[in-house]
Amino acid sequence: MFIMRSENVVMTNQMTIAKRSQSKEIFIRFLRNKTAVFGLLIALVLVFAALFPQILTSYDPIEQNLMDTYLSPSAEHPFGTDEFGRDVFARVVYGCRVSLKIGLFSVSIACIVGVILGSIAGYYGNIVDNILMRAVDIIMAIPNTMLGISIMAALGQSVNNLIIALSIGTIPAFARLVRVSILSVKEQEYVEAAIATGAGDLRIIIKYILPNCMAPIIVQFTMGIATSIMNATGLSFLGLGVPAPTPEWGAMASSARAYIRDYWWMVTFPGFAIMATAFAFNLFGDGLRDALDPKLKN
Amino acid sequence: MKRYILGRILMMIPVLLGVILITFTMMYLSPGEPARFVLGDMATEEDIAIFNEENNLNDPFFIQFVKYVGKAITGDLGISYTTKQPVLDEVLARFPTTFKLTVLSIIFSVIIGVTVGIISAVKQYGFIDNIMRVIAMLGVSMPTFWEGLMLIILFSVVLGILPSSGITSWKHWILPAITLSTQPLAACMRMTRSSMLEEIRQDYVRTARSKGQKEFLVVMIHAFRNAILPIITVVGVNFARMMGGAAVVEIVFSVPGLGKLIVDAISVKNAPVVQGGILFVAFAMSFINLFTDIIYALVDPRVRSQYIRPRNKKTVAKEV
Repeated sequence: MFIMRSENVVMTNQMTIAKRSQSKEIFIRFLRNKTAVFGLLIALVLVFAALFPQILTSYDPIEQNLMDTYLSPSAEHPFGTDEFGRDVFARVVYGCRVSLKIGLFSVSIACIVGVILGSIAGYYGNIVDNILMRAVDIIMAIPNTMLGISIMAALGQSVNNLIIALSIGTIPAFARLVRVSILSVKEQEYVEAAIATGAGDLRIIIKYILPNCMAPIIVQFTMGIATSIMNATGLSFLGLGVPAPTPEWGAMASSARAYIRDYWWMVTFPGFAIMATAFAFNLFGDGLRDALDPKLKN
Repeated sequence: MKRYILGRILMMIPVLLGVILITFTMMYLSPGEPARFVLGDMATEEDIAIFNEENNLNDPFFIQFVKYVGKAITGDLGISYTTKQPVLDEVLARFPTTFKLTVLSIIFSVIIGVTVGIISAVKQYGFIDNIMRVIAMLGVSMPTFWEGLMLIILFSVVLGILPSSGITSWKHWILPAITLSTQPLAACMRMTRSSMLEEIRQDYVRTARSKGQKEFLVVMIHAFRNAILPIITVVGVNFARMMGGAAVVEIVFSVPGLGKLIVDAISVKNAPVVQGGILFVAFAMSFINLFTDIIYALVDPRVRSQYIRPRNKKTVAKEV
């Protein structure tokens, strides 16, 4: 009797360990990957800059100061000043908020729409699948840059329109990913069991299928933020993104282009900011992929 | 094989129709009257009415769309508002420049990317591998326009050895081609590395080694030949993507290509050129994708066999 009870205790202990180990193991695996942690740290610094820019700089990113134009980098202005005498460092710091907002929102919208479309296509198959996937093919037949250009030309310049334009171009990646994942999970026995117990389609997709496709979606989401931010700056550079005088990295580089021969700092630092952001999210995403699915390593 | 190619070409038709619908809708929705832009502030109401009538701008959306598709099928993409030239002529005049730029970049990225990728895989976690993986990640994270501007600062402003705009001599192609090739180079390198790593651990590679085959031949003949399929896909996808991405590079280096034509046309509301240009790019992209799939089938006997019904051996041999 006594022995049995102690055995029981051991059993439950093991059970709790086994239950916790899944997410804990992923976390430990992620922490072991130094480059991925490095990426996460840069991303956190950027999020901090986006939330509390006034702590990092006392200058105003928009107010013009025509006495201090074209100052080269110094202790007072670490990144120099631009053609309107605005502190480039302040504009880069405030630009974080715009870029992260665009990246996060556009990928979130694309992810939600893509997951819904991909789930419907993958789960129901046949005609629905065919129609949805042909629509995805059409969007994919237009290069992302061109799609962004034409949507922005139609909607006009603004941060919200940029988010819409970028999310439309990102939907196909999510839709295809989710569709393929669902096709591979759909035939599993636990899904059959769920159908047998009389669960509805929506319940089956949300409760049984999607949780098993989460790993690639999370990775795509993280990497998508990097791509989206880069595309946004590209469109702003072409003059079709965020309108002036909002501090946005692509627009900053675009207006600084005219002064490239004399004032290198105006174009250089916004670019570094874009690169650091994309680099951080790419490293983070890469690390997440390795941690979430050890099979995919290499 | 012929059936397969024909099927793929037929499948392109609905996709291209969809592309026309999207670009047409976008330009239809874009604010402002094209007549005002084209005719200037001095134009009278009467001039504008004539302009709208000539360009079918008074018709309802659906009629305009059907008329446009009907003309596009015969190769008539309309007349450019600014130059009064047929859009197709303008697009065709600019296309070779973009195509040349893209091809140069893709050749450069494949040569470097595949070589470095193989070295990285053979010496996994070695010095070169670690350095190259970081560089590749940086390359993927670098915005194209900014890389171009940095190259201009370095090679044109500071060193003064390469020109920064135009395409009048071979020197002019170097910076744009390097800028455009960075992203596909990184993608190509990463794919070569991972694909090679997978093959290098296979049993047949060990067999080749154990029978005394030279290491170089083991890597190049045995492993690489089998690792090449995913690399072809990545190169194809990137080639197609570059047709669109070239726009940014063309703007940075003032290269008179198709992308620059489209971007410039947007700022003056030259809708026919924008629609025609994007449609042409989508068309070119679909053909590149088709081409990639055909190469895929030619290289991989497993893929090829899916499209060939075993009849008698002679016809099979002929079709291959």
